[in-house]
Amino acid sequence: MVLELQKPRPVWQIMFSTHHTDVGLLYLIMSIAFLFLGGTLALLIRAELFFPGSQIIADSMTFNRIFTVHGTTLIFLFLLPSASAVGNYFVPIMVRYKDMAYPKLNAIAFWMIPPAGALIWLGFADFTWYATPPYSIISSPGPAADMWIFGLKILGISSVLGAINFVVTILKCKHPDMSIGQVPLLAWAFLSSSLIVIVAIPTFAAALLMLLTDRLGVTGFFNPVMGGDPIAYAHLFWFTFHPEVYVLVIPAIGMMYEIIPRFSRKPIFSKSSGIFAFVLLSVVSFSSWAHHMYATGMSFTEKTVFMLGTLAAVPASGMHVFNFVATMWNGRIKFLTPMMWSIGGIALFFSAGAGGVANAAMPLDFTTHDTYWVVGHFHLFVMGTIAFGTIGFIYYMFPYVTGRMYNETAGKIHFILSFIGTVLVFFTQHVLGLYGMPRRIFDYPEIPEWIVMNQIATVGAMIIGVSMLIFLINLIHSSAKGKPADIHDPFGLGGKYYYPFESKNPHH
Amino acid sequence: MGHHSNWPEWIYVGVIIAIMCWVGAEAWNVERLVEHVPADAETIIVTGQQWFWTFEHEDGTKEVGTLHVEAGKAYKFEVVSTDVNHSFNIHDYVVLMDAIPGRVNTVWFAPDKAGEHDIQCREYCGLIHYNMRGKLVVEDPLT
Repeated sequence: MVLELQKPRPVWQIMFSTHHTDVGLLYLIMSIAFLFLGGTLALLIRAELFFPGSQIIADSMTFNRIFTVHGTTLIFLFLLPSASAVGNYFVPIMVRYKDMAYPKLNAIAFWMIPPAGALIWLGFADFTWYATPPYSIISSPGPAADMWIFGLKILGISSVLGAINFVVTILKCKHPDMSIGQVPLLAWAFLSSSLIVIVAIPTFAAALLMLLTDRLGVTGFFNPVMGGDPIAYAHLFWFTFHPEVYVLVIPAIGMMYEIIPRFSRKPIFSKSSGIFAFVLLSVVSFSSWAHHMYATGMSFTEKTVFMLGTLAAVPASGMHVFNFVATMWNGRIKFLTPMMWSIGGIALFFSAGAGGVANAAMPLDFTTHDTYWVVGHFHLFVMGTIAFGTIGFIYYMFPYVTGRMYNETAGKIHFILSFIGTVLVFFTQHVLGLYGMPRRIFDYPEIPEWIVMNQIATVGAMIIGVSMLIFLINLIHSSAKGKPADIHDPFGLGGKYYYPFESKNPHH
Repeated sequence: MGHHSNWPEWIYVGVIIAIMCWVGAEAWNVERLVEHVPADAETIIVTGQQWFWTFEHEDGTKEVGTLHVEAGKAYKFEVVSTDVNHSFNIHDYVVLMDAIPGRVNTVWFAPDKAGEHDIQCREYCGLIHYNMRGKLVVEDPLT
């Protein structure tokens, strides 16, 4: 798998390749590009909210479009593809197979994403990433909304194709000498998350079609004027997208399972409990979707059931945290960049989970629902846990991909600034939520507490922005000019454990 | 793996499960009390539409934007919408209920002392969602 960038190849050879590391490289580059596009929108949002009143964005419609595309981009065009990048590189090697099970399907799944991204970005819809009816049916201007719907439709198909590929690769193409229990935890993570995708995504795919025909006026599934029910959409949407949270978080945890033991120079504390927790999370991810909907007028019994389903996910998540801490315990830890990102990610995962318990408890949810608390809460997952795990892993795979080392000091500065920024933005947003500031607002009244909290959050966001610029420069500069990596042990860990480069997959 | 015992992990998981059971039981208990609407609660119909709130009292009085109630009395809100989803929110009294076209959702509260509080929309509803705000004025019963 190594040295993708070392031997000069014309770019079209990578673009039209079906080899898993080439497709992985394409996924990686595209997802990093969208990380910066989506991140820029986040900085615009934060700059606008620095003071009450209109700052840099002229009107609320533009603002609404910006946060819609920000969310859609970072979830579907950064987090999902960056996980696919890692999976494409590592899963075939970990199950000791020459490629993904269906290499052409793999390339097709990748090439569906750029047109979908173009639809979302050229349309610039305004109905939030949740596209809630009846607003999205009767009020949201086209063709932006329709372009978003088609974009998401394509992304959903791409996800399902990718997921089928991972499941078949792991279950059917693993080396005959390898039992399923010997499959490394990172590959187990992709097996679990892919199974969730296959079960969850079709529901939203159906809802999207119904939304589209509702917009065209030929049906009224979610349009109350035609006898439909907007709450039905909420159920269909969250049946897909609550499990989707786990689709994103499980690979990130798998990446930490790759990094933590190596940099602690100790075997994982309990691989079997890691596998068990992955499988358990995949199952309970389907038991909690309607906790997003307590305030829609659900009955007491419904709320109770979904609260219990939500709390059921906590022990499995806690088992992962325990596993990480127990692995690090008494280890000879080497605090290099990938390890720092993983440890930071675990700390923020724990914080996000603790906040999630408060959300799940019914009476507390009525304080936090649809306020900035929720924004802070899920950003601690998507940024603090998933992006932290993924960025740490990008540093980790960098020498294997490019044959060169990144700049360690710049990597550490990137981590420290990002960690400080993340805490400043998303912890203050929790507090802002308790003060009652609603989500998705372009402007806010001059309440002193709101102003202070918003300003702290904006400063934090700008710190993250600076750190990401350091990241980008480091990646570009080091891939061309970095010092050559010792490919047998790029991190100087003493190489007792299995390293991915040991099984090379030649181009075929 | 395999050569060490896993009992610290089992204890840890047991503690988490115990905490979750406590959170669940406590939440269930509090929510049960919170949702019990007093029999003498006065009904106010709250209508959300792009982008303002209308209130209709039991005696037929209508108010737009500002809602006047008396301290010491219980009120039941019947929250409805005429266009898209909104969410009726008086944050200071933890009143939150979605206004969904085609549905009537109820929520109640009992203001305890006179004062002014913000009313806002907490569900995205388009262009002026950020300013779909109102005022709750709680008055002393004597005035």
